[in-house]
Amino acid sequence: MLIIAVLLTLMAAVAVAVAVQRNLFSVVVLGGIYSFLMATVLVALDAVDVAMTEASVGAGISTVLLLGALYLCGGGEAKPLARPWLPLAVALVIAGALAYGTLGLPAFSDPQAPIHTHVVPRYLSAALAETGVPNVVTAVLASYRGYDTLGETTVVFTAGVGVIALLRRIGRRKKPGRGQ
Amino acid sequence: MTAAASHYSYWITVLLMVAGLYIVIARGNLVKKLIGLSIFQTSVYLLYIAPGKLIGGTPPILAEGFRLYSNPLPHVLILTAIVVGVATLALGLAIVVRIREAYGSIEEDEILAADRAAERRPAESR
Repeated sequence: MLIIAVLLTLMAAVAVAVAVQRNLFSVVVLGGIYSFLMATVLVALDAVDVAMTEASVGAGISTVLLLGALYLCGGGEAKPLARPWLPLAVALVIAGALAYGTLGLPAFSDPQAPIHTHVVPRYLSAALAETGVPNVVTAVLASYRGYDTLGETTVVFTAGVGVIALLRRIGRRKKPGRGQ
Repeated sequence: MTAAASHYSYWITVLLMVAGLYIVIARGNLVKKLIGLSIFQTSVYLLYIAPGKLIGGTPPILAEGFRLYSNPLPHVLILTAIVVGVATLALGLAIVVRIREAYGSIEEDEILAADRAAERRPAESR
């Protein structure tokens, strides 16, 4: 409980540092730190599968993609803010409204909360007999909700095709320029 | 448990969410905007996963001798969300690279200024 609170506080500090930092390289490195802290929090919250994905995809692939984009864009310093007061006011009002809304949510780790009583006992009691997989996350992901995972794969494929289509045009346009 | 202890994870989630929102609204740099969007996204991971934790429970891998497991369903949803999130980030960064190619800048105000200048002189092409 205490370690979760400490890690969450660290995450909040890193997020604020990302907001005020102007050097883009530092922002990307802070983003990597943020993702690893997130992965550690997820381990503390018993979400080991998600933590592994966050550490490899969130901290690994995202950071590589951002560094690649910085290389292609020649990104150095972001411009200083002109008028940050309106966005700050919007953010604070939304934060206040959301924090007020959380007071109606069940307390942390309340076993009687609806999230723990509705459909999960059925999965936890029947998953091993029905699928033969002891890891319930895998059982739900690949067996009960297999079509969702197929949809996710479609989304990733579409994004990959989009990235290739966008970046191929650069190569094609540069070639005639070099010849002239 | 006091409200401060029992709702702390929610409050940090809210803070991360508005920090991401603030970066997206206030910052003109397009790469920074995408990082703000990622922070907003990770706050949603926390919003889903934190209520699924049970103190004294174990990760939802069934084994002899354990009776209390944390909730596996948010984990499944967020696994999908992380992968889709990195796909959208890659697509967004590809668009930023194309914008840089077309405008020579990734600052929003310079891009808007270039657009306005192009509208004023429609005969001249960039």
